[in-house]
Amino acid sequence: MTTPLVDMRDICISFGGVHAVDHVSVDLHAGEVVGLLGHNGAGKSTLIKILSGAYQADSGEIRIGGDKVDITNPRDARAHKIETIYQTLALADNLDASSNLFLGRELITRFGLVDDDAMEAETRKIMGRLNPNFQKFAEPVSALSGGQRQSVAIARAVYFDARILIMDEPMAALGPHETQMVAELIEQLKSEGIGIFLISHDIHDVMELCDRASVMKNGKLVGTVDVNDVTDDDLLSMIILGKQPGAKSA
Amino acid sequence: MAHPDTDLPPVRNRNLFQTLDLDVRLLGMIAAFAVLCIGFDLVTGGRFLTPRNIFNLTIQTVSVAIMATGMVFVIVTRHIDLSVGALLATSSAVMAMAQTQWLPNMLGLELGSPLIPWITIATGLIVGTLIGAFPGYLVGYLMIPAFIVTLGGLLVWRNVAWYMTSGRTIGPLDTAFLKFGGINGTLGATGSWIFAALAVAAALYGLYATRRNKLKHGFWVKPMWAEGVIAAIISGTILGFVGILTAYEVPARKLARMFEAKDEVMPEGFTLSYGIPYSVLLLIFITITMTLMASKSRFGRYIFATGGNPEATELAGINTRWLTVKIFGLMGLLCAISAVVASARLTNHTNDIGTLDELRVIAAAVIGGTALAGGIGTIYGAILGALIMQSLQSGMAMVGVDAPLQNMVVGAVLVLAVLVDIVYRKKTGAA
Repeated sequence: MTTPLVDMRDICISFGGVHAVDHVSVDLHAGEVVGLLGHNGAGKSTLIKILSGAYQADSGEIRIGGDKVDITNPRDARAHKIETIYQTLALADNLDASSNLFLGRELITRFGLVDDDAMEAETRKIMGRLNPNFQKFAEPVSALSGGQRQSVAIARAVYFDARILIMDEPMAALGPHETQMVAELIEQLKSEGIGIFLISHDIHDVMELCDRASVMKNGKLVGTVDVNDVTDDDLLSMIILGKQPGAKSA
Repeated sequence: MAHPDTDLPPVRNRNLFQTLDLDVRLLGMIAAFAVLCIGFDLVTGGRFLTPRNIFNLTIQTVSVAIMATGMVFVIVTRHIDLSVGALLATSSAVMAMAQTQWLPNMLGLELGSPLIPWITIATGLIVGTLIGAFPGYLVGYLMIPAFIVTLGGLLVWRNVAWYMTSGRTIGPLDTAFLKFGGINGTLGATGSWIFAALAVAAALYGLYATRRNKLKHGFWVKPMWAEGVIAAIISGTILGFVGILTAYEVPARKLARMFEAKDEVMPEGFTLSYGIPYSVLLLIFITITMTLMASKSRFGRYIFATGGNPEATELAGINTRWLTVKIFGLMGLLCAISAVVASARLTNHTNDIGTLDELRVIAAAVIGGTALAGGIGTIYGAILGALIMQSLQSGMAMVGVDAPLQNMVVGAVLVLAVLVDIVYRKKTGAA
């Protein structure tokens, strides 16, 4: 078996006595999409924030390409080419699209000043690819629609040659047409060998887009399954009852 | 996703302001300022808009305006600094003690030594930066609200200054130091015009470089006539301003005394212009630096990003805690620079120097369009805000309005300015 791209082993984190993530292990291979499922508060987002550097695990280890790594802040995660699309999108509403896309990684001129024109040109290029209808480059992102804001957040994650992409509810704010675009994008990124963690509430999305699914409940891992081996109902019962498929209750 | 790159911006109809790429909000403020000045000029029978009064108005504004530029950064990141007047007082006290007592008595530098003003200023700036940065640490790392930290700082530093000087007025200050106060240090007519020429050249080059850059990327640029209009407005403003300041001449009696002191006879018809004060040059330099910092540096970009969404900025890998320390440190540095200007203008350190400046500085930033909710604010707005406040105050004094009434009007104007801003933003749909 090949070395996984990401291997999170035995991760624990608690907040004020509540075990938000309790001895959870998940892994992700290159060119694979792994769905993370579970109710609100099951610990999916917390687990993923440990990988993206927003939180630090109390115990457990993260391996990337087989090497143990320390991710203590979002900069470390970016250095390992981990990019995250947060559910909240994490955009500074008062800045324009290109300032958000390059936030923390601004292009600079030879005088060390921020090169807004160059960043806008790059933003126009990538948006032309992701969302050709997007034209609001000068406005603050607060003036954009939900779908447009989403495409800015996605552009930020894919622009910097991510190897590992974390998508937290990427379709939650989108209409059918935009959802289709995100689905196509996931297929394309997958074919480029990028590993993707997809957090979703929607079982159909997971069945359609993911290769495997890991289900969490109350901070614990219920199990990880190959989506081809299970039905929608199996996944549902994992989410709701916290039971592995096949392990019928007595 | 098989679409080709769509780099070309769409063709849009633009109104006059959009074509000129002007900030409508700024124009509104300038219009309000102009109405104010012309109004006072009419009421005072032409005494308000004289070169002399404009000169005085300018040098009175400098100290508050310098601090207001820093307050913009503080407020943009959703903080507040109530201690700027007290920081100014402590920096001023340190510099007054340094130049009149510590350097002469402890280091044995003779009074009037050319080293004294520079060592003094360096000491003051370092002290200001450090005592400014410390509350930044308390706010950024220990998460104490800035309102509380700087309210405490107001009491602490105001009284450190008092304690250090035993409440005495310290003076006279070094003559070279006094040159930063305003009327005692000016460029003169020739120097002012050379400065004006350089400024116009720099502005024109700036416009040219911006246009060239936009063309390089194939972006929309203003039509040439619009560039011409902008260039003419900027050049006209610079030349007009310098023209007014150089039109203010040293009074004949003062000139005669200067010649007497040198045992010379004043030639018939001899005149001398003040020109641009060094303190105003300092303000211009700080304004340009702070504007560049706000709009073209990473530091400034992170300040505005933090104001817009602190969590997102943190998730983008930016150390917002250290950013807070830097912002407050910069505020402290600017307070110390203001302390140089303020104490030099008074020619003494007085125990009440900078009292209530925190309110003037915050008011200047807020009248200038800085939103207390964070994320929005401009440096030039704050400068204009400081000018408007100072004009209001000295205009009313000139008209003969009683001091308590003056303060009541200024207070009302502050609230009104914010109301107008809120209504404007709602109407234009801007954040």
